[in-house]
Amino acid sequence: MDPHVYRIQSQNINCAELRQNLAVENHTGGLVFFEGIVRKQNHGLTVRYLDYECYDVLAIKEMQRIAKEAEERFQLASTGQIHRVGRLNVGDVAVLVYAMAEHRQEAFAGCRYLIDSIKTRVPIWKKEVYEDNSSTWVRCHEHINHVEHR
Amino acid sequence: MSSVIEIKYFAVLKEYSGKTSEQVALSNNESAETLYRKLQVQYRFPLATAELRVAINDEFASMDTLLHANDKVIFIPPVAGG
Repeated sequence: MDPHVYRIQSQNINCAELRQNLAVENHTGGLVFFEGIVRKQNHGLTVRYLDYECYDVLAIKEMQRIAKEAEERFQLASTGQIHRVGRLNVGDVAVLVYAMAEHRQEAFAGCRYLIDSIKTRVPIWKKEVYEDNSSTWVRCHEHINHVEHR
Repeated sequence: MSSVIEIKYFAVLKEYSGKTSEQVALSNNESAETLYRKLQVQYRFPLATAELRVAINDEFASMDTLLHANDKVIFIPPVAGG
């Protein structure tokens, strides 16, 4: 069975429920979760809401590759990558990732690898809409480097 | 009937084109890059080819890949997950 979870969803991400249903094996010593939350201020502008779009088929394929890489680099027992799409308000959880490993160092490093990779590689886009109704498509600053070096 | 390809649009490219998808006739020796340059003129897309990636039939591909009949092409603007 695939020990990795990948999901694109429009409904809320429920971290507590996810944790409750997560099987923890005897050799697991560390489990790190990261939640990315919509914040009110970004680069000095006040955010009203975000609209996320996703190219689902390719996003899931890329998440699978990221999970495989993370598993190999950090000896992870299992990982999860769950991303919201649609309209999100300030305070909503936009993304949740977790990494499970025998020791905490690998779990922390693996979790960071997952979220950093999602931000630069997975075809998901975010439009920030501000209080004055202006908006912008946010770009990950590392995207271009990634295009060049891939 | 001439060969066609399907293009799907996301994010800023969807806004500028006003479309989620369309079918276009395939020219001879058309690469993803030459196709994008035509669309860029047609829809005044604000992104240069160097800022994009491309997926052909749901896999990342190089911008100089030659297109074939019935290919599904998606240009990928700078991503911003998380």
